[in-house]
Amino acid sequence: MNTLWACAVALSTCLYVLLDGFDLGVGMLSAFAAKDDVRRDMMTAISPVWDGNETWLVVTGTILFGAFPLVYSTLLSAFYLPIIGMIIALIFRGVAFEFREKSTWSRPFWDRGLSLGSLVATFFQGVVIGAVIRGVPMTAGHFTGPMFFWLSGFSVLCGIGLCIGYTLLGACWLAGKVSAKVDVTAFRCIPWLMAAMSLFIVAAFAISVYTHLQVMDRWHERPYLATFPLVALIGLVFLLRGVHSRACRVLFPAASLIFVAAFATLAASFWPYMIPFTVTINSAAAPPSSLKFLFWGIGVFVFPLTLVYTGVVYRIFKGPIRGGYGDS
Amino acid sequence: MDMTALMLSRLQFAFTVSFHIIFPSFTIGLAAWLTLLETLHVITNRHVYRRLFDFWLKIFGIAFGLGVVSGIVMAFEFGTNWSRLSEVSGPIQGPLLSYESFTAFALEAAFFGVLMFGRARVKPLSYLASVFMVALGTTLSSFWIMVNNSWMQAPVGFDIKNGQFVPTSWMQIIFNPVVWVRFPHTVLAAYLTGAFCVAATGAWYRLQTRYGAESRVMLRMGLFLAAVLVPLQILFGHLNGDYVHQLQPAKFAAIEARWHDEQPAAEVLFAWPDDLRETNHAEFKIPYLGSLVATTRLNSREVGLTDFSRADRPPVAIPFFSFRVMVACGLAMLALAWLGSWRALRESLDGSRRLLQAIFFSFPLPFIATLAGWFTAEVGRQPWTVYGVLRTADSVSPNLTVSATLTTLIVYGVTYMGIFSFGTLCIYRVLRHGPGAIPPSAVETPLRPMTLGNRDLDGSGEGARP
Repeated sequence: MNTLWACAVALSTCLYVLLDGFDLGVGMLSAFAAKDDVRRDMMTAISPVWDGNETWLVVTGTILFGAFPLVYSTLLSAFYLPIIGMIIALIFRGVAFEFREKSTWSRPFWDRGLSLGSLVATFFQGVVIGAVIRGVPMTAGHFTGPMFFWLSGFSVLCGIGLCIGYTLLGACWLAGKVSAKVDVTAFRCIPWLMAAMSLFIVAAFAISVYTHLQVMDRWHERPYLATFPLVALIGLVFLLRGVHSRACRVLFPAASLIFVAAFATLAASFWPYMIPFTVTINSAAAPPSSLKFLFWGIGVFVFPLTLVYTGVVYRIFKGPIRGGYGDS
Repeated sequence: MDMTALMLSRLQFAFTVSFHIIFPSFTIGLAAWLTLLETLHVITNRHVYRRLFDFWLKIFGIAFGLGVVSGIVMAFEFGTNWSRLSEVSGPIQGPLLSYESFTAFALEAAFFGVLMFGRARVKPLSYLASVFMVALGTTLSSFWIMVNNSWMQAPVGFDIKNGQFVPTSWMQIIFNPVVWVRFPHTVLAAYLTGAFCVAATGAWYRLQTRYGAESRVMLRMGLFLAAVLVPLQILFGHLNGDYVHQLQPAKFAAIEARWHDEQPAAEVLFAWPDDLRETNHAEFKIPYLGSLVATTRLNSREVGLTDFSRADRPPVAIPFFSFRVMVACGLAMLALAWLGSWRALRESLDGSRRLLQAIFFSFPLPFIATLAGWFTAEVGRQPWTVYGVLRTADSVSPNLTVSATLTTLIVYGVTYMGIFSFGTLCIYRVLRHGPGAIPPSAVETPLRPMTLGNRDLDGSGEGARP
């Protein structure tokens, strides 16, 4: 049961990264839109789904709260400032959709809200991931670090890396979606983003080796972990071919494959730890009566149902949306 | 009061939750109203319902967006500021909030997209189903939140093992009688909020003699609904009082500003409670009424605050005043709803400008009542987070510093004030513009650039005037 819920947390986190990842990426790309109509087209590509996508963050948070309260309470209080920074950024990102349409003189401000909000939210998410990889200072099962323990060269690098990654996802989502002008922007930046991404991976790897991060030991113990980067490589090949042949439909799945592989690499290297390398799945799990209650309602019924209707909503808005959604 | 991380965290939670609650209480009612309008539109095919639907959907969109972004804060604030609470009560509160995020948050967020952008892409009945799903989601959300909050008010169905709350009976937790008086009280408050906002908008247009058909529908539907719901709400308010009387005597005594045991007990109508001297200044009270309110008997013995040690008492002034504000708003709404409905039935509403003005200006009342009710419930629960078991002081995250908490409080404050002001301005612009004509696309369904609101909101387009 504990393992099952750890998998549920992993699944919803992964869904969040993929889905809100492209929203945030599009948000960051909107900063580069030269004209208002291009920016509007970009937002059209995400406006019906961003809210549902962001839900996976809340879902992840509340599953952690219910199934692994120790992880929820430790991580959120330890990362007090970056989490709240992320939330505030998400607030500006979220209200921008409604506000920019209804504003006149303040529209540039809400446009900045969208692009900067997306940037800052992504950056803090990356910083948190980086700091978790480096380790959270704990004694006797409780967080004991200072307020800014999360700030390091490595975590900042991860923050930048995630911004690049999400922007890549966003560009892949946009290509072929709304208008020719947006396509041009998307196709132009994908190769650059891929190059930047590769640079980031090399840098992150170098730092990990240089500072003897504990994660690296895992790679010696578990050579099979190397399969995930291989999967990512396959994704990369598809992505390159897609860009080369302008095959829009290949891009997003290929980029997603890279992300899933990266996510799986991290998850598999941490296993069975939830906070590496101090709190395990079993030591953080809520009592069986809580997990059973979650299982029989959410696990068996609601979670699958949620996946189904999320799929249905994506089908409704599937395919290229040239010229908006018709009736507003 | 000293500025501690605990104090600042409490202020931050109070501020963020008070801000948040305004929007769900508005959108739960509006979602139900939208469902009703769309159903009527599907059945009767009358254009006035479609125009009203499109109009209120714009307002719903803004309020919903603000509710979503401020709701995410709540989902994480338990962990950021109250890590001790979330660690020990996570096994109970966590699953309840998980149910909330799955059955409510995810549902309403997914179908909200269809609601705003999908009309041309789905069949009319599927669209109606999407509207219903959003309404269901908002209501389920309040249900799980109220189960969670009621467990904190009156904890049941648990054991304490290794310092952690372990659920022993989810049936007891969910079917706790306290839930079933507080959840209806909250939902009714939300429906009343919707009803009064709709009626007030109708009154506004009526005063300006714009949108005759629409304002008639809004006034009548809003007022009739309120006329039925306000008495029901007062009944549930009374039942809430019963549970407080029975399970939270210190809160009850604070609401009544009763310092010493009394038999028969008097009802303090107004006073200036003094926590330090344990007495009231400028007190005005009615004998026997206190007993009557508490037990419907004239000479019951009612406990006073001095029965509890100082460390176990809530602050008195906030529950005392906020309760009275809530009741006053409720009575004012009752008067307006009944008077307005009576005149609407006799088709003589237009004859009384004064009444229309009163209905127009009544729209803040349900918001104030909701907030005041929350203050009464939440401040009255102090000094506990989980009533009688876990103190607020033992719930806060131990690693927080004053400077960090103060920073986030200020940032939240500035952000919320900014988006609240602009959101209100947006809603005001939509309201001032009015329902307008049905978009031509509703008839011919051509593709046109996406817009949520009308692009020319504050310029040329004035929409249809009757």
